[in-house]
Amino acid sequence: MDTAAIYSKLKERFGDVVLALETEHAGDPAIRIQPRAIAEVSAWLRTDADTAFDCLTNQSGVDYPDRNEVEVVYHLYSYSLRHTCVLKVGVSRDNPLVPTVDPVWKTANWMEREVFDLVGVVFEGHPDLRRILLPEDWVGHPLRKDFVEPTEYHGISTKRESML
Amino acid sequence: MSLGGFDVQVLRENGFATEEMTLNMGPQHPSTHGVLRFVVRADGEIMTEAVPDVGYLHRSIEKISEKVGYHGFMPYTDRVDYVAAMPCNQGWAMVSEKLAGIEVPRRAEYCRVIASEFNRISSHLIAVGTMGMDIGAFTPFTHALREREHINNLLEELCGARLTFNYMRIGGVAWDLPPDFAEKALAYIDRFEPLIDEYNALISFNKIYKERLVNVAVISAADAINYNLNGPNLRGSGVDFDVRRDIPYSIYPELQFDVPIGTGEEGTVGDCFDRYMVRIREIQESCKLLRQCLQQIPDGPVLAKVPRKFKPPVGDAYVRVESARGDMGWYCVSDGSEYPYRVKIRTGSFTAMSIIEKVSRGLMIADLITVVASFDLVAPEVDR
Repeated sequence: MDTAAIYSKLKERFGDVVLALETEHAGDPAIRIQPRAIAEVSAWLRTDADTAFDCLTNQSGVDYPDRNEVEVVYHLYSYSLRHTCVLKVGVSRDNPLVPTVDPVWKTANWMEREVFDLVGVVFEGHPDLRRILLPEDWVGHPLRKDFVEPTEYHGISTKRESML
Repeated sequence: MSLGGFDVQVLRENGFATEEMTLNMGPQHPSTHGVLRFVVRADGEIMTEAVPDVGYLHRSIEKISEKVGYHGFMPYTDRVDYVAAMPCNQGWAMVSEKLAGIEVPRRAEYCRVIASEFNRISSHLIAVGTMGMDIGAFTPFTHALREREHINNLLEELCGARLTFNYMRIGGVAWDLPPDFAEKALAYIDRFEPLIDEYNALISFNKIYKERLVNVAVISAADAINYNLNGPNLRGSGVDFDVRRDIPYSIYPELQFDVPIGTGEEGTVGDCFDRYMVRIREIQESCKLLRQCLQQIPDGPVLAKVPRKFKPPVGDAYVRVESARGDMGWYCVSDGSEYPYRVKIRTGSFTAMSIIEKVSRGLMIADLITVVASFDLVAPEVDR
């Protein structure tokens, strides 16, 4: 199934929470979902026989300060039907709450921890939402576009003067 | 009961009193394949869980991409997975080309596959060599490393580097094959292939070695997919999937090769032995691929015309490359400027690490080392 067919199937099943089919940009087409509905839509995509998305291959967070939005991107793949689909949800930068998809795909556990750590999206219902790559006491989320590099970490300067 | 202020659970079997202990393994440990740490809870030799603690090698490679531009990011991709840097180069080149719609010359595609397949062999040699070393057989490691040196010599002739190659470019590769490279490479493959049987005779079917691998840490196909295991780890669980064949890219559709999968030949499908054996067989398949490429390579340019100021149109693309550690995902968002807006690299080691907490339950502590080696984990690839 291609993305357009999956979109019309989703639209039929879920109605208004399926926001748009995005094909204008370069690269892969995507389906935009309302954040509240992402867990429900994912669970259905996984179990429905025509879609059967048994694997979440990638989950990323992207920060868009100019439209005050953090986007979470889900790249799905079906090993049984060998097709792909991209889902996107956009949440406000100030209150970035997205329901977790950990119960749907186990791999989301670590990927959501990474998105939380680096982009600062809070996944509601995640069983273990801790930082994963950065130290526990790190302040801020470095892949936010307005992140300012700290000048020191525990008294260790992050800058060195050039020897030359 | 309380002991020294801590609550401890005491189990009594055969009259012995035991208690659960929390042990720290790493971050510096000779067999943890880089800097990573496990918090192990164990009762005697049996683990109740091993929780990985990663991030010691986080070098913010994704953040760096936003500052250095598309061409400038290529050397950094080598550092994502330095054991198999060529497929990382290829992933970055492919996602940029997909965004900008660039056609790569055919000779360049052949050069890429030749470089990647040689790199896959050298990476798998490290994997199978350290597998033996981690469980106490040192000699096979020296055999594997000796062969890897020859491959490094060939790759050095190709691109001047032995580890972090920086060989590929957006639109092709940096250099054409040097004179006589094809003859030298074919002669080397002729010499190398029989050594795989020698290696198998030396260790793969050794009884002591098999005892340590067979039926250890069995992962079902459903779990492997659910936890998004990739490459040899996925195929070890019997899932017949290879990006090179099933989401074809480059010139792979024109080449003949088989995809080895775990069959439970010594025990259960998805045990450590299956994951190990898949790698041995993939080395043989890579030799097959290399022979075809070196014989069929067409003449022509090796680099398409790509502007210095590379500005792909607004959009986002995701490509998957079969790296030595499996399906490697490259997600790139472009805002139309000369710097990538966001790059996300999804690596095989990251997802393999996430399943360790689950598979470690009930294993012996010594088996944790076997599991880590059977996943062929590269810590810098986990942390990026």
